[in-house]
Amino acid sequence: MGNGSKLKVEICLGTTCFILGASELQDLAQYLEPELLDRVDIVGRTCLGFCKDRKFDGAPFVRLDERVVIERATVTRVTEKIKAMLKEKDAE
Amino acid sequence: MPSMNNAAERVRRELLIRVIRGELDGTLDQEIDRIPIVMRPSNQPASRCCVYKDRAVLKYRLMGILGFGVEDETDEAKPLREYLAEARLRREPPKEVLSVAPVACYGCIESHYVITNACRACFARPCTFSCPKQAITVGPKQAEIDHSKCIDCGKCTTVCPYKAIIRVPIPCEEACPTGAIRKDESGREWINFDTCISCGKCLKACPFSAVLERSQIIEVIRAMKEGRRVVAMVAPAIIGQFPATLEQLAEGLRKAGFSDMLEVASGAELTARNEAIEFFERMERGDHLMTSSCCPAYVEAVKKLIPEMRRFVSSTPSPMVYSGRLAKERDPECVTVFIGPCVAKRKEACSDPNVDYVMTFEELGALFAAREINLGTLEGLKLEREADPYARGFGAGCGVTAAILHEMSAGEGQTPPKIDGKLINPVDRKNMRMLKLHALGKLPGNFLEVMACEGGCVGGPCALVDAEKGGAAVRKLAKEE
Repeated sequence: MGNGSKLKVEICLGTTCFILGASELQDLAQYLEPELLDRVDIVGRTCLGFCKDRKFDGAPFVRLDERVVIERATVTRVTEKIKAMLKEKDAE
Repeated sequence: MPSMNNAAERVRRELLIRVIRGELDGTLDQEIDRIPIVMRPSNQPASRCCVYKDRAVLKYRLMGILGFGVEDETDEAKPLREYLAEARLRREPPKEVLSVAPVACYGCIESHYVITNACRACFARPCTFSCPKQAITVGPKQAEIDHSKCIDCGKCTTVCPYKAIIRVPIPCEEACPTGAIRKDESGREWINFDTCISCGKCLKACPFSAVLERSQIIEVIRAMKEGRRVVAMVAPAIIGQFPATLEQLAEGLRKAGFSDMLEVASGAELTARNEAIEFFERMERGDHLMTSSCCPAYVEAVKKLIPEMRRFVSSTPSPMVYSGRLAKERDPECVTVFIGPCVAKRKEACSDPNVDYVMTFEELGALFAAREINLGTLEGLKLEREADPYARGFGAGCGVTAAILHEMSAGEGQTPPKIDGKLINPVDRKNMRMLKLHALGKLPGNFLEVMACEGGCVGGPCALVDAEKGGAAVRKLAKEE
């Protein structure tokens, strides 16, 4: 399986996201089951830009495959979404 | 699983961001009384019984951010903007640093042991046999504990075949190493400041977010707005707290309104050097023990509750004290702000003329967020002076001992006394007893590094990342030559 078929997981590590929870999210890989871990590509981003215009309510943000944005992301919420999206991919 | 991420912490940080942003913009007067309503609008579900209670709790939390405790409230109808006006004029930071909001305090049940409905009222009834006080009787449906007889020994929990008896702790009281937080007749918790050591463990433990910290952030922003030179004295534990290098932090702090960053590790160099000399002298004169003195919660614990230990606590000033001196020697007009993960440092700073204010990492993070400073994108400033790697290790458990050992081995001419170092960490009830025994000479070891928080300063109540990760980052930097 090439890198292209992996699900891209972008974690916003901007300062706002970081203090509102991304400090935990940066360890996402530790919490993922090995089967899931093989199918994702986790990257930390200095800032995804979603908190602009002073909208920090949704922080921390995580983006999946450059299209799905998870607000108030937690390890559990992100893991669930990853599973759902991988299932969708498999069905395609 | 993550322990840092919870609703209480999130609310705390969100409030800080809103207050700091408003005060920087000059709009806080108009906004502050609205913050509870904006954060808990009536069309959204409440976290407690109703949005009105949520808002009432937020009001007390905002009072804390403005530097006021529940004890300062004389009129419940007093709006937050009036507290804000007083905070802006305040010249002395508050003397006490913690407070409990009675509306937020759930009044956790007193009884520690509870028989749950998993009890089958079985025939064998080992609980009644194990109880030394005959406090358990078995009714037709399940067993009951007579709480007037129960002595909280917990023997019943171990013998129940259904595991039906559980211990329900009162989180704040459980966390408090000195028994300073206690219930009044109504079941609400209050802090007894005669025995409180300001360690801040209750702050972290309360799941209802009822314990408030009195912040000095308004004063810090005032100093910045007045155009003073505000020096950020960052504790060694800062590395790993933000996704940034020390160089990036130095630039971020400058952008946030500070004039300079001073590593408190520079002060720690002096602490380590002088504490090594003091240890030598004390051993020469025949003392059996010396303890570190950089943890203010521990020093307060000794002062208030372990009189036997008083004469063994090192009299060498803490890294914060030395750093304050360094900053004021360089520029007597500057305003010094210690920034760390610690609640008790606020208390220590009260009696130090060279440390004007204390901020926490949490507050610093909120300041970065309010100013929209993205540390990761900064180039970084070259540090004026690199602190000694050993001194940079002060923020994690055993770091102080390592630095002192390093200083002693560097000493020339003299044969250093044999150091038998022990780490006492965290300061909890059990270790309070151990400390007493050490003072009485009943336990081995001639040097004690005492840290109130689990893992050292990195485990402080206002840290942003967990102690293990923070500790790893501190140790990594300390070993880099």
